[in-house]
Amino acid sequence: MRYIPNTEADCRTMLDAIGVRSSEELFADIPSKLRLKRGLDLPPPLSESGLRRQMNALAGKDADVDRYSSFLGAGAYNHFIPAAVSHLVFRSEFYTAYTPYQPEISQGTLQAIYEYQTLICQLTGMEIANASMYDGSSALAEAVLMAHRINGRQEVLMPRAVHPEYRMVCGTYANKLGLRLLELPYTDKGTTDLKQVKAALSPRTSCVVVQSPNFFGALEMLEEIAEAAHGADALLVVAVAEPVSFGIVRSPGECGADIVVGEGQSFGNHLNFGGPYLGFFATKEAYLRSMPGRLIGQTEDKHGRTGYVLTLSTREQHIRREKATSNICTNEGLCALTATVYLSLLGRTGLRELALLNLRKTAYAKAAFSKLRGYEVRFSGSTFNEFVVRSKKRTPAQVNRALLGKRIIGGMELGRFYPELADCLLLCVTEENSREEIDALCKAMGGAR
Amino acid sequence: MYPEGLHYTKEHEWIKLEGDRGRVGITHFAQSQLGDVVFVELPKVGKPLRQMEAFGVVESVKAVSDLYCPVTGQVLEVNSSLESKPEQINSDPYGKGWMVVVKIAEPKELRNLMTAEKYKAYLAAEGH
Repeated sequence: MRYIPNTEADCRTMLDAIGVRSSEELFADIPSKLRLKRGLDLPPPLSESGLRRQMNALAGKDADVDRYSSFLGAGAYNHFIPAAVSHLVFRSEFYTAYTPYQPEISQGTLQAIYEYQTLICQLTGMEIANASMYDGSSALAEAVLMAHRINGRQEVLMPRAVHPEYRMVCGTYANKLGLRLLELPYTDKGTTDLKQVKAALSPRTSCVVVQSPNFFGALEMLEEIAEAAHGADALLVVAVAEPVSFGIVRSPGECGADIVVGEGQSFGNHLNFGGPYLGFFATKEAYLRSMPGRLIGQTEDKHGRTGYVLTLSTREQHIRREKATSNICTNEGLCALTATVYLSLLGRTGLRELALLNLRKTAYAKAAFSKLRGYEVRFSGSTFNEFVVRSKKRTPAQVNRALLGKRIIGGMELGRFYPELADCLLLCVTEENSREEIDALCKAMGGAR
Repeated sequence: MYPEGLHYTKEHEWIKLEGDRGRVGITHFAQSQLGDVVFVELPKVGKPLRQMEAFGVVESVKAVSDLYCPVTGQVLEVNSSLESKPEQINSDPYGKGWMVVVKIAEPKELRNLMTAEKYKAYLAAEGH
């Protein structure tokens, strides 16, 4: 395989045309002492088949979910992806991450995004959704900024049960705008304390953020928190990192959320080492013009036929520059398409069944851990497909090391983000974990002493 | 197209004196450049504004522009009929398309604005 298409004769012709003797002369502006005057120290080239072998050997060093059983979630979820998803997404008509610069020429792409927006509205229980954002954390940060645009207030109530990395991204976005993030503690249920929410609310509160299921896997009391927030004229922003939960829990919209954001990776997108992922963003129609990102609308052409257009883009960065609603000026088109295909394949019933499978398998695992010697379930709240386990003897790092030896990827060690939970692991169980795998996990952890 | 007696800004707003109050809108030129107006964002009654401070946003099918207040003062009235009928800005920019009424705090500032004649010359000089 040749990667450099220019022959020596090509190079000579080009150098002659600009009157330069050698390509080395082109770098004359770089001080001599900074230049490397020899070839790079690289191994000899490989043949295509040799390269393939080498890359496979390197990839084989990873513990991946195809060869290991995984109980790691914490914002990235291992779900089964039917082959039909990649078959459709890889079609050449669809296979681009870009919404074209002349978008209306690509009616198929726009229609797919429009369907995506419709699905997100149905799942979140909201009126409008944008064409997607980078990921769950940046979508949440944009929601916090949007709440500030709507009511001009400066304080954000941010429970510690919200994904720690989402909170960090919010902090980065909010920091230079003078917004203050106030942390709220969690209870022994692993949920946000409603009393603390009420106590922290004030006329300065712009929004209350709640993640549900939250970082510990527990379901929050959205309706009560919504009522409290609205009582103080603040907005309720709900983040959902595991949207498979929509198959079985009431939508945030029904519970009174004003903005619903989250991570759409679970919908047909691979784990991908953490990205690219898919941020979804939905809100009420009243807030349409404060919403960041782009939006696809349905309309009619002059013959009365249905057509799709990029709409309300007059507030985006390429037109309004520094006065744009938001700095985001693109979307995760391909990941959104993937989610659309995946959800269409599952349908309403399929998503419900999938959610039930996750719920039941997790309940099975949780029951097993409540009886397992050396461990206890840390929080008492209702959970979806994640829960926290406290290890009484071994450290979580020791437990995980022992599990890896048995080709099991264990849970997230919570001490990384919560010093007070240094003896805890966050475990995730999905439809990809068979009962045998769960039993093997318990056996391996029970034996890890 | 550019009524006498109004005062004009370089950002294409007009203000009409009504005693110690001023009625504000955008000019015929502004509405024709924007094209069909689909949305207007106006301030709340009571909001204090400085001369040439942005007080709202006008959105057409092809652009979004800030609206600048011709004088320093407080917002007394807002044309809420524009919420449902923003097209009045295109059809009647000096009448039903008015946007806000402000209480004029510094009458001297009107000297910084243009007469109809000067505004027409300004447009011509700008190549319109």
